[in-house]
Amino acid sequence: MSAMLNAVSDAATIAKRNVIKIKRVPEVLVFVLLSPIMFVLLFAYVFGDSIAIPGGSYREFLIAGIFAQTVVFGSIFTGAGLAEDIQKGIMNRFRSLPMSRSALLVGRTMSDVVYNVASLAIMALTGLVVGWRIDTGVLPAIGGFALLLLFAYAFSWVMALVGLMVPSVEVINNASFMVTMPLTFVANTFVPAENLPPVLRTFALWNPVSAVTQATRELFGNIPPGTPDPVVWPLQHPVLYTLIWAAAIIAVFAPLAVHRYRTIQRA
Amino acid sequence: MPDLIHATGLVKRYGKVTALAGLDLAVSEGTVLGVLGPNGAGKTTAVSILATLISPDAGSALVAGADVVRAPRDVRRKIGLSGQFAAVDEHLTGFENLDMIGRLYHLGRHRARSRATELLEQFDLVEAGGRPVKTYSGGMRRRLDLAGALVADPPVLFLDEPTTGLDPHSRRQLWEVIRRMVGSGTTVLLTTQYMEEADQLADRVLVIDHGKAIAEGTPDELKRLVGAERIEVTLAAGAAVSHAREVLGRFAVGEQQVDERARTVVTPIAGGGAEALMQALRALDQGQVSVQDVGLRRPTLDDVFLTLTGHAAEPTEPEEDAT
Repeated sequence: MSAMLNAVSDAATIAKRNVIKIKRVPEVLVFVLLSPIMFVLLFAYVFGDSIAIPGGSYREFLIAGIFAQTVVFGSIFTGAGLAEDIQKGIMNRFRSLPMSRSALLVGRTMSDVVYNVASLAIMALTGLVVGWRIDTGVLPAIGGFALLLLFAYAFSWVMALVGLMVPSVEVINNASFMVTMPLTFVANTFVPAENLPPVLRTFALWNPVSAVTQATRELFGNIPPGTPDPVVWPLQHPVLYTLIWAAAIIAVFAPLAVHRYRTIQRA
Repeated sequence: MPDLIHATGLVKRYGKVTALAGLDLAVSEGTVLGVLGPNGAGKTTAVSILATLISPDAGSALVAGADVVRAPRDVRRKIGLSGQFAAVDEHLTGFENLDMIGRLYHLGRHRARSRATELLEQFDLVEAGGRPVKTYSGGMRRRLDLAGALVADPPVLFLDEPTTGLDPHSRRQLWEVIRRMVGSGTTVLLTTQYMEEADQLADRVLVIDHGKAIAEGTPDELKRLVGAERIEVTLAAGAAVSHAREVLGRFAVGEQQVDERARTVVTPIAGGGAEALMQALRALDQGQVSVQDVGLRRPTLDDVFLTLTGHAAEPTEPEEDAT
């Protein structure tokens, strides 16, 4: 019991440390917020008229996709933060302390949620400016944002493991784009998945990022009436499918990352 | 006095590189062991194993009675670690760093805060305590890093090259701090590349090379081996190097180093440097050896290594570049 309490309080101590850093280096947050604004504007005005969404507008369709992509990209901060801790030597300080072995990672993944909350807020505002609306109600809207944050949180454990394995911070950005780009583009984020060529189409239909996007669109009421029902189970039950993926990712990657943290053999 | 640190046969390999090749060491309670060696000798690897950061491929070690492999958590409660790369968070203030470390040692909110305040005073960082560490000088960072190792008042301290890269003034300041700490009965394992540092701070010195101990003793014993200071003479062109060597030979306590091409003779002497230097100059004058330059200097790590191993202390592996 006291070990459990220590684990929670240690993670909170680490999260507090990371949040202080966000306050002290606000430039990072500024760029975190600027890039999604840019994405919303670019996609809305560059592709806005060339991609047809039957019965609806591309901007309505687009926003949920951008939300999903941005929060998945946000996981890079988790990997970069840990790689930086290793590089600066402070990781070894933490590893020499009698703190809980999961605390550095739990604290890091928790504090990185701040970035995603901030970027979702700013993207929602930008979305409203370009004509996106939530057509359901407060509860489903909250549910939509919560689901995005949960999936992003789970995914940050993947990047936590990557961050503990790369030799330096410089590598993490490239390494993570190799994962996050295909995952967020071969999906229903920016074009309807049904329009993709066969192999990509199958990947996109089963891609959890598609499910997050689909669930968000449903919860925000961004699916135009008369749109045919999705053809695969994941997109017919996007909320459930997303929850399953989030749980599975955490169940697999959290223990792997903690194991890696415990056994890093770098002097 | 019981050994608070006791390691036997530590081996660590990184691929084909052997960082430690069967290292034994022991530090009895309340004493300071200086581990002296060049880059790549295995100093950081040894400290990393004893501080439970990495696990040995063979051998065993007890720190404060706990086994570093079987009971790492018990070890961590008893140790403080301060590394050669100041491991403090540069975005946090000095106070926030120490407070955080106190919380992670589970001192409790109140005790962590009061301990942070105490240490800032003790380390002359009160004024800087409210500023982010990135505004600190190198010496201030090291002091804060050292303070971090002391937060829980641990019985065992590991200091991995605490003054490497510092200017002489900051180095002296840090020595002062370490000496005060040691006075209060803490058991310390300190690694260093500087003979002088080991001499200043350590009760016993262990010289290591290629992951193995090559000599051990008190600083005085080591000095008897390599000399306390050396007289370095550069001869004028045409002077006979062998003759100068002979003349200076009677002051030597260890092996003289002669470089025919540079026309230098280095002679380790027992002590009382200035007096010996005058006598040596007189002897050279009487022997009609014409001298271009002459000086007195303390033995460097290279001198220690030349004497003990016959080779200079050149870095051999990149392993100590701990990133």
